[in-house]
Amino acid sequence: MTQLDLPAAYRRLRGLTDARVALDTTGSSLATSELLAFQYDWAQARDAVHFAVDFPTLAQQMSTAGFDSVHVASAASSRPVYLRRPDLGRRLSDDGAAQLAPLEGSAPDVCLVVADGLSGLAVAEHSVELVRAFSQRAERQGWRLSPVILAEQGRVAIGDPIGSALSARLTVMIIGERPGLSAADSLGAYITYAPRPGRTDAERNCISNIRPGGQSPEAAADTMTYLIRHAMVQQLTGIGLKDQSHTLIDP
Amino acid sequence: MTVYRITLGGHRHIFEGLPELLAKATPERSGDQLAGVAATSMQERVAARAALADTPLSRFLEEPVIPYEEDEVTRLIIDSHDREAFAPVAHMTVGEFRDWLLRYEVNGGTLASLAPGITPEMAAAVSKLMRNQDLILVASKIRVETRFRNTIGAAGTLGVRLQPNHPTDDAKGIAASILDGLLHGAGDATVGINPATDSVQAYVELTQLMDELRQAYAIPMQSCVLAHVTTALDAINQGAPVDLIFQSIAGTQAANSAFGIDLALLREAHQAGLALGRGTVGENLMYFETGQGSALSADAHHGLDQQTCEARAHGVARAFDPLLVNTVVGFIGPEYLYDGKQIIRAGLEDHFCGKLLGIPMGCDVCYTNHAEADQDDMDVLLTLLGTAGCNFIMGVPGADDIMLSYQSTSFHDANYVRQLLGKTPAPEFNAWLHAMNIIDERNHLVRPDTSQPLLTHAQSLTHSAPEDPA
Repeated sequence: MTQLDLPAAYRRLRGLTDARVALDTTGSSLATSELLAFQYDWAQARDAVHFAVDFPTLAQQMSTAGFDSVHVASAASSRPVYLRRPDLGRRLSDDGAAQLAPLEGSAPDVCLVVADGLSGLAVAEHSVELVRAFSQRAERQGWRLSPVILAEQGRVAIGDPIGSALSARLTVMIIGERPGLSAADSLGAYITYAPRPGRTDAERNCISNIRPGGQSPEAAADTMTYLIRHAMVQQLTGIGLKDQSHTLIDP
Repeated sequence: MTVYRITLGGHRHIFEGLPELLAKATPERSGDQLAGVAATSMQERVAARAALADTPLSRFLEEPVIPYEEDEVTRLIIDSHDREAFAPVAHMTVGEFRDWLLRYEVNGGTLASLAPGITPEMAAAVSKLMRNQDLILVASKIRVETRFRNTIGAAGTLGVRLQPNHPTDDAKGIAASILDGLLHGAGDATVGINPATDSVQAYVELTQLMDELRQAYAIPMQSCVLAHVTTALDAINQGAPVDLIFQSIAGTQAANSAFGIDLALLREAHQAGLALGRGTVGENLMYFETGQGSALSADAHHGLDQQTCEARAHGVARAFDPLLVNTVVGFIGPEYLYDGKQIIRAGLEDHFCGKLLGIPMGCDVCYTNHAEADQDDMDVLLTLLGTAGCNFIMGVPGADDIMLSYQSTSFHDANYVRQLLGKTPAPEFNAWLHAMNIIDERNHLVRPDTSQPLLTHAQSLTHSAPEDPA
């Protein structure tokens, strides 16, 4: 049956949620149109996972926007290795570590890292905008930023050895989030105080769903700035910071 | 510790202890490779299986895979082992046990009596010698029935957990998904919401939403909010209408600790649920979720393979008379189960081991977008689990969970299996579906019209909603 065969009260459930309710059916199965709509959404997610970021182009775009960048690779040498070995995606390759040598001990307030993560598409399309929005706010706070470290085949935790090498007070990791069917181009931003290898996810704060139709880069950058201000006062990030968030609400 | 030596094809293989033997006998999967415990060649894998086949079942009682002193899950397994129930197979090796399980005369009754005598490690061990068809055939002999407001797991039935998640826990959005599910005959196993936030207030509100709907339409169902067990305890103390109590569990004490639980806390929660006395046809009220890889993910696997850890999680579940145990098989990602083949195998193993241990096993047939799997793989696992007699599966609107961002099975998928294999929902719930004219006498879904009572409820939700975007 098509949706038009359904009573209006049933059809209108679709206006209450993005979940796939009141679908067209044939027998008890999905109608062809629904089958194809699902497959297209899934195809977008799959293509986003396997999207290879063109890092020289991304570096060029960062430069045009006024940001120096350094391109490093994780120890995961390819996408299949990256997917099977999260531990390698959390470590720098030897070459990557060497690339950072000139910045060693530069001690920025914020080490800014952009990694492809599980959606190269999100990074290619939205990371420059988010870096710009955040940098404007960071400048107003008087924070010293590192060059943008572009981490290829990187997981969230690769921000720890990078921030540690630079002796940064804090790492901001901007990374492509695992694509779902409703959004394949979503960025996440993870903030880690006193980054060093071995930090756990409980020691980070995360802002999620940064994309057109989700959180805007400006709104995300506001939240990041707010969290970092308090992280620098309390000298921590993660659950400890979150637990006190009810007393930290800015007007 | 016993060392296992075997010579195959002129090559000598040595396995230092049961954990190594079990791990190397396991079918290939990425999580065991990530942990560095997998066989390094196909020949080594088969050699391990041959050595495992000759290992006496009783060895698993003598040599715990994690020391008794170190781990409360081991203590639970050893202390609750029923030697009398074990007696019929006590003299067997693992290989002989497989052969025995496949005999015609070993039926559901035999296996129900045997269950308290089988430890998780014995179940895991024998599963490693079994092909997919063995896992299906033996599991299909076993019925595990549980009851709260209806009966889950009876022969000829397939239950569905209705999973109406919403990224902001929006009450109307959740209600829309619940109504859609009910109109497709889903929700008999439970209506279970994964909340977006683990707050007591959200928990209380969500239980109230589901309880009001249940009472308004006299639905023989049970609801659940899948928050941490401590949140459930707080909500109970605040007087929330809590039917089922949920918790994710794992197979080692250290992994459970990473989940913020221990056995004492689970006992406390179980007792708190029982004290509410809300079940009508029974009092199974715990809802557990498990999944291969959780122990390694918490760095708490003690050198065990992930399937043995998973069977031990089933052993934890068994101690609390659960209504539902759900292996969320493909949720954890490709670093643990790489592709459709590994997910299908793991789903069948978990269902088999759970049933052999006597727990009410269901399966979230699912995958994430970074795994090498798709809907066709899920169709295969779903169909196989249907033939194996799986107690319940998930029902997610359009198979797309918009909160957890993964793909599970849809209401339509559930109805496909029910139609294909002639299965019906839980009997009490099925009677309600017929009385509500949701399903007709041929067990076909009725096309809802304006006389459908649930649409009155839909009307009340949507009077201010925008016009149908389609």
